[in-house]
Amino acid sequence: MSDIPVSNILFVSIALFFIGMYGLFTRRNLITMLMSIELILNSVNINFVVFNKYLYPEKLDGIFFTIFIIAIAAAEAAIAIAIIINLYRSHRSIDVEDASEMKY
Amino acid sequence: MKQELLVTAIIFLLLFIKLSTKEWKVETSLTVINILLFLNLVSGFFYIRTGTLFGDMFRTSELLAFEKNILNLGTFIISLQSYSWLKQHKHVPEFFMLMLCTLLGMFFMLSSNNLLMFYLGLELSSIPLAAMANFDLEKRHSSEAAMKYIMSSAFSSGLLLFGISMLYGATGTLNFDEIAGQLTTQNSLQVFSFILLLAGFGFKISAVPFHLWTADVYEGSPVAVTSYLSVISKGSVLFVLVSVLYNVFRGLDASWYKMLFLISVLTMVIGNLFALRQQNMKRFLAFSSIAQVGFILIGITGESIEGSASVIFFIMVYVFSNLAAFGVISLVSAATGREGVDDYKGFYKTNPLLSWILAIALFSLAGVPPTAGFFGKFFLLLAGAGKGNYWLITIAALNMVVSLYYYLRVVKAIFMDDNESPVEKIHAPLSPKIAMLVCTAGIILTGLMSGAYNYIHSLLK
Repeated sequence: MSDIPVSNILFVSIALFFIGMYGLFTRRNLITMLMSIELILNSVNINFVVFNKYLYPEKLDGIFFTIFIIAIAAAEAAIAIAIIINLYRSHRSIDVEDASEMKY
Repeated sequence: MKQELLVTAIIFLLLFIKLSTKEWKVETSLTVINILLFLNLVSGFFYIRTGTLFGDMFRTSELLAFEKNILNLGTFIISLQSYSWLKQHKHVPEFFMLMLCTLLGMFFMLSSNNLLMFYLGLELSSIPLAAMANFDLEKRHSSEAAMKYIMSSAFSSGLLLFGISMLYGATGTLNFDEIAGQLTTQNSLQVFSFILLLAGFGFKISAVPFHLWTADVYEGSPVAVTSYLSVISKGSVLFVLVSVLYNVFRGLDASWYKMLFLISVLTMVIGNLFALRQQNMKRFLAFSSIAQVGFILIGITGESIEGSASVIFFIMVYVFSNLAAFGVISLVSAATGREGVDDYKGFYKTNPLLSWILAIALFSLAGVPPTAGFFGKFFLLLAGAGKGNYWLITIAALNMVVSLYYYLRVVKAIFMDDNESPVEKIHAPLSPKIAMLVCTAGIILTGLMSGAYNYIHSLLK
């Protein structure tokens, strides 16, 4: 297990972070943007677990933080989807380009 | 802990009121809620306990209790002001449940002594706010604003979390005091994680590279939510930013001084330039609040007791002056639905008292001497000058001149311009009147009496 070096796993998590960021900036569909944000949060989860397991195995801070992030991400997704549904009712679309009446 | 427990008790009480079979009249429930919030505010001044709880995750002190009292006061004033708007709404208990949940989150964020507690408080204070921004369910602008707010706040908390995880990797602990002992500018991973944390903070206080959501969300949300966002939410994050920068990241002060310098100059200049051309009052106050954050960041760069005292004092003044302005706007918006700057032409002819309140509030925001806003900005610049960087102070002074132009443009529209169809005479109910009285008294009294600043300064020792 521990013969995989830390840097490899960190590479995965940072790649995941930037994939999420890229998706957030290029996608125009709100649900996909929400999925991109989940990718960012999951990359953070990987970071915490890896740091806890490899660098500070005597404490459990990172693992606990991960559990809280998962719970809060679920709450955030629930509110965001409720808002998106309401946006769909008024705009008949979940494309961000259609919801840009207020500018500058 | 007492203040948090009281807020929790009120949230549960409202939940039971909502669940009970008996239908409450809207006026009754609004009055009951206002009384509860008033009791909550008053009780915050008594039996202040200090110490830590939950294995050093949560701490309280007299200073934190004072900051929480400022937030309580702001929430109470907003609830008084939103009377006319909420009277037409059928979801009154839900609105206050969401609002008090965010207040509870801010309390936990202020008292946090641990990154986990800080993150939980931050999320508890930002997720329900998105639901509040969408409270005018049938309005198109409201749902657009809520969408923009939830997306940008989720992204910013993603950045913040990535910074926290890197900081955890670099130091191996989440406790603020233990982190503070391990930070040096030589460690580039720590500086990198600090930049991500600052970006997350920047989103919440709408400092300039991260300000793009602010104006849209402020314009689209209901007025009560706009004032809550611009005063309470921003003020609480600024309180935390000061204490985190001074206590946790003091080892990195050489790097964050330059970052804050750049951010504050950009924030003042861009906030002011965009405020010049706004035609909607809420949008105009949004950009003016961005510019105010630039001034607050100057006070933070001072890195001294005067720095944090001036920031806390300015936020207290800002609560009074901004809420007075928003109070008038919310009355006009609830009575007529008009929010443009041009609609305020000839406002003095029909509503002289409200005109004076709005003018005093705008003078205080601009920083004209007899009002409290002048002293707030004076202390901020004085604290910033402590570092001897007079370029920053000169830029700030020039920006204050620019800001006078757009604040006085509104005052000119109110008092001097003619209008064929001015806003008709508004008969305000009792509770917005009380809120206006508290705000105006606060602006004038904190300006004339120096006790408030000295009190904050003595708490910081």
